[in-house]
Amino acid sequence: MSQPDLVHVAHLCQAMRRDIIEMVAAAGSGHPGGSLSAVEIVATLYSSVMKHDPADPKAPGRDRFVLSKGHAAPVLYAALAETGYLPREELTTLRKLGSRLQGHPDMHKLPGVEVSTGSLGQGLALANGMALALRLDGNAESTVFCLLGDGELQEGSVWEAAMAAAHYNLSNVVAIVDLNGLQIDGPTCEVMDLGNVLEKFAAFGWTVITCDGHSVEAMHDALTRAKAERERPAVVVARTMKGRGVSFMENLCDWHGKAPNADECARALVELAD
Amino acid sequence: MADRATREAVGATLVALAAEGRDDIVSLDADLAKATTTVKFKAAYPNRFFDMGIAEQNMMGTAAGLAVGGKTPFASTFAVFAAGRAYDQIRNSICYANLGVKIAATHAGITVGPDGGSHQMVEDIALMRVLPNMQVLVPADFGSACAAIRIASEAPGPFYVRLGRVAVPQVHADDAAFELGRSYVLREGTDVTLIACGGMVWRALASADALATEGVSAEVIDAMSLKPFDVATLVNSAAKTGAVVSCEEHSVIGGLGAAVAVALSENAPCPLELVGVHDVFGTSGEPDPLMVHFSLTSDDIAAAARRAIARAS
Repeated sequence: MSQPDLVHVAHLCQAMRRDIIEMVAAAGSGHPGGSLSAVEIVATLYSSVMKHDPADPKAPGRDRFVLSKGHAAPVLYAALAETGYLPREELTTLRKLGSRLQGHPDMHKLPGVEVSTGSLGQGLALANGMALALRLDGNAESTVFCLLGDGELQEGSVWEAAMAAAHYNLSNVVAIVDLNGLQIDGPTCEVMDLGNVLEKFAAFGWTVITCDGHSVEAMHDALTRAKAERERPAVVVARTMKGRGVSFMENLCDWHGKAPNADECARALVELAD
Repeated sequence: MADRATREAVGATLVALAAEGRDDIVSLDADLAKATTTVKFKAAYPNRFFDMGIAEQNMMGTAAGLAVGGKTPFASTFAVFAAGRAYDQIRNSICYANLGVKIAATHAGITVGPDGGSHQMVEDIALMRVLPNMQVLVPADFGSACAAIRIASEAPGPFYVRLGRVAVPQVHADDAAFELGRSYVLREGTDVTLIACGGMVWRALASADALATEGVSAEVIDAMSLKPFDVATLVNSAAKTGAVVSCEEHSVIGGLGAAVAVALSENAPCPLELVGVHDVFGTSGEPDPLMVHFSLTSDDIAAAARRAIARAS
């Protein structure tokens, strides 16, 4: 990636972090921690990796994005707003009655949301099905990206889908794990240890790539390599930090599903100023 | 026509639809393709058949993804695994998203037989009927089962088609036509309405024959479309007979009997007797003795009819 692009993505990330804080604060509830940890992942996808067009969200040749960790809806809405799918002003309607921005993404309400998600452990199977449909249609240009949380990997259905993706050689599927190491009840290693996530996916027959999930350069490189994989499904395990970018939220489980109050919102926005 | 199991309609109809040019039809199974008969589709259209192994949750999720991609996926397995094991996928990935996944659930009810209570699914109609967007069909014979699969393939949104393991007699005319949301009066009568679904329809007809010898005129309705439910046909019949018996190879909680009770209460209150499974699990045995054990025979329906008539008079 060229240097100007990197600067652009870095600015995009800061803007998305501000969006996340502002919309969750306005909603009075939501999930800032796991949204902030995924900012570089989603920003890189929407700015430099995925083929997509806000003016034509159903273009057949587009890449698809499935937010399996649907509670991180704010990071998706931020990306969609910053790339032109919806007006930024609409972000503060998050979670309110009548809003297109449901607590978890709803494909029928908001253009750009490929598929409804929210119940953890189901997104990878959805991505596999979408990838199978693309293959049946002879569409070899589109890739289905699926973002999972690390806590989500505790759902057995993820591994059913991982097995199936390898069995059917779904090389048009790229999974991304937001490995922030925390879940609601504590560190993942204490709540239910995931063991070695890389070795697990490798054992299931996936091409495995790992990177610093907060380096846009590393994310771009990893996602580009994963997208280019045409033999097997590929997973990018992105090492991240929950609450990244807001000092008092970083690496704290408590900010998994809690909204900042007005004072906390103001302090966070000062930290996130460009 | 010889007796045939409704499950045989799955493979046969999917192959027929594909042969008619329905390139959108795809079939998924969970290691039960021989039993659900999707093996026929696999043989004819191997590129559009996906065995997902013993992983029903993944099968439902993958089917949802295929529907997102514009396909018409039929997901087949036993009813106990379809409606039970994969419930959250059906709720969230399929029904909440209102995706056109068609679930062909075979081996429903008590007549699964010797496999026993672990496999005899008598709660599935209740579980599926309560889900917004879900449409539920419970055909009574092979011909109407083929029609049910075809209806599910043509109408938008999710479907649950409930099918049986054992062969059942033909109850509809060879040239009968079927639509979503319709019940069918198979026999007209004036004293009592027997409304049934699935493998209880032929039993209700047998009951009507027996009741006729006692001078009781029973009307028999096949309520194939559990959801949307044909309230008008039931209410019109009840207004005439004044007594109703619901007949289902399913729990009386949340199934056909419950749908009938609500429809009658809201529109035409009258005595109702519920023939079905009364809040218990099944048990091992051959199908016919099991139906006696659980009071699901034509004799039981006739006895319920006499009770309903007595209460009405």
